[in-house]
Amino acid sequence: MTVSRSKKAAAYEKSRSSSLWKKIAPNWELYLFILPVVAYFIIFHYWPMYGIQIAFRDYKGTLGIWGSEWVGLEHFQRFFNSYYIWRLIRNTITISLYQLLVGFPIPIIMALGFNELKSSKLKKFAQTVTYAPHFISLVVLVSMIQTFLSPSVGMVNRLIEAMGGEAVYFMTEAKYFKTIYVFSGVWQNMGWNSIIYMAALAGVDPSLHEAAIMDGATRFDRIWHINIPSILPTITIMLIMNVGGLMNVGFEKVFLMQNSLNMESSDIISTYVYRMGMQQGQYSFSAAVGLFNSVINFILLITVNAITKKIGETSLW
Amino acid sequence: MVIKETFSDKVFNFFNVLLTILITLIVLYPLIYILSASFSDPMAVMNGEVLLIPVDFTFAGYQKVFQNEDIVTGYLNSIQYTIVGTAVNLIMTVLGAYPLSRKDFYGRNVLTAFFAFTMFFGGGMIPTYLVIQDLGLLNNFWVMILPGAVSVWSMVIVRTFFQSSIPDELREAAVIDGCSNTRLLMTIILPLSIPVLAVITMQYAVGHWNAYFNALIYITDREKYPLQMVLRELLMQSKMDEMMDTEGAVTQQMLAESLKYAVMVVASVPVLLLYPFLQRYFVKGVMVGAIKG
Repeated sequence: MTVSRSKKAAAYEKSRSSSLWKKIAPNWELYLFILPVVAYFIIFHYWPMYGIQIAFRDYKGTLGIWGSEWVGLEHFQRFFNSYYIWRLIRNTITISLYQLLVGFPIPIIMALGFNELKSSKLKKFAQTVTYAPHFISLVVLVSMIQTFLSPSVGMVNRLIEAMGGEAVYFMTEAKYFKTIYVFSGVWQNMGWNSIIYMAALAGVDPSLHEAAIMDGATRFDRIWHINIPSILPTITIMLIMNVGGLMNVGFEKVFLMQNSLNMESSDIISTYVYRMGMQQGQYSFSAAVGLFNSVINFILLITVNAITKKIGETSLW
Repeated sequence: MVIKETFSDKVFNFFNVLLTILITLIVLYPLIYILSASFSDPMAVMNGEVLLIPVDFTFAGYQKVFQNEDIVTGYLNSIQYTIVGTAVNLIMTVLGAYPLSRKDFYGRNVLTAFFAFTMFFGGGMIPTYLVIQDLGLLNNFWVMILPGAVSVWSMVIVRTFFQSSIPDELREAAVIDGCSNTRLLMTIILPLSIPVLAVITMQYAVGHWNAYFNALIYITDREKYPLQMVLRELLMQSKMDEMMDTEGAVTQQMLAESLKYAVMVVASVPVLLLYPFLQRYFVKGVMVGAIKG
């Protein structure tokens, strides 16, 4: 009895494995292709995730990850009790929200406007020009900002002085930081970010517009009732991605614009992680701060996705 | 069918054109200013004489840029990082995207999820640094290449292109004729995918050229600095002095001022030259990835 059962099981196992083999064998090359890619993700993405545990240990280089002492939530407690935590969270969130509020609608409005241009020459020219700043590096962009806003030679301050005002120290005054950050970002990326909406608008069925014209709809009516609803799914997807990344303010640009005088409004979680970890060598503590940030971000993304799924039919997954 | 425009349509068009021109000028002016300033006498720039066209036309700024050893080394390094990095990106992206585009590739959903998860969650700066350290990649040429070898987003774009733009019958016919997967990819799929490959090549190349983050964290050897790191030191070091407006800093400021604009132009020219050639692929590439993806 038992023998036959195990035989059966073995036969079943065999047929199962051979059917798996049958699925894989004809395409063995494809598995060979994807192997280096899988290896890349394991090494450079999943291995660091495994290393997150140093956030719960007192990491010492000589002892390695496993040798370092387990301290539980000590680093998180230290962060939650630290003087900087509210400043960091406040700056991270307000920069994001400010950027979302200003930077998100502008490319949509721009695409809707460009789409209505009758002169294809003007359209082409406007597109070519507004896409270009996207390719400028952040280092050059921030130098440009500093040049234009410089209190001694900057054009903006000259204009202010010419109108009888006094030169403003834009880059060293904390209160200007966020506005400069957001609007320089708009300048750089509004054109590029409008491409996706232009592409969506190109897919709108022209017969809808013809019918609307017959019914006497104005241009504005047609934008409101045809174009905007047509690109709404694209807008939704982009919104989910943006809100999901709310705690992910780009480190690179903030870091370049940061100086000791504007810290009050420019210090964000990622620059703090860099300062504590890379410059002061507090690996475990800054890994904990970084983990706190990633987890909140992850929860945000899932929540936003769930909400949009409930409201409409568009969602990321 | 000719339809007379209503008054409100005319008003709309007028403001639309006006706004478009305004926005275009706002974007264009700073670019022109930097270009003109780079060909002008630094004194004229500092005195605010340059508004639109160069004043006291000179190549002095460019001469200073090419005499500066740090800039030249950084430039050559960046060229290497960009070429090797983009080649690795391209190969890895195709290797990942092609199997994922095949419906008969067993395990494709699991692998897609495995890759996509990294878009939403990661180890963070410090754990990643420790891995790089363990691998012995600190101050190594390859640290500028390997940690960003594939972008999930680009892989999805290419996968979607393979799926939607290349008919499955083509593959079936080739397989019946005894064509292997490797040959299929090399001789049929890739030649048909030039537009999407052009788009991601450009994105990767621009990314490498403009990147400074990896160098900031992983490279301390100045000989290996990419251009952006050199620029960061050059353009931002004197900024505090300038902002505090101390008298002693003026001479140093003059020096930085004299090559500042030229170096910005020199650093941006390679990518801006690439851009008009590839512009016609943009919409196509973005559309494939975003709408159908």
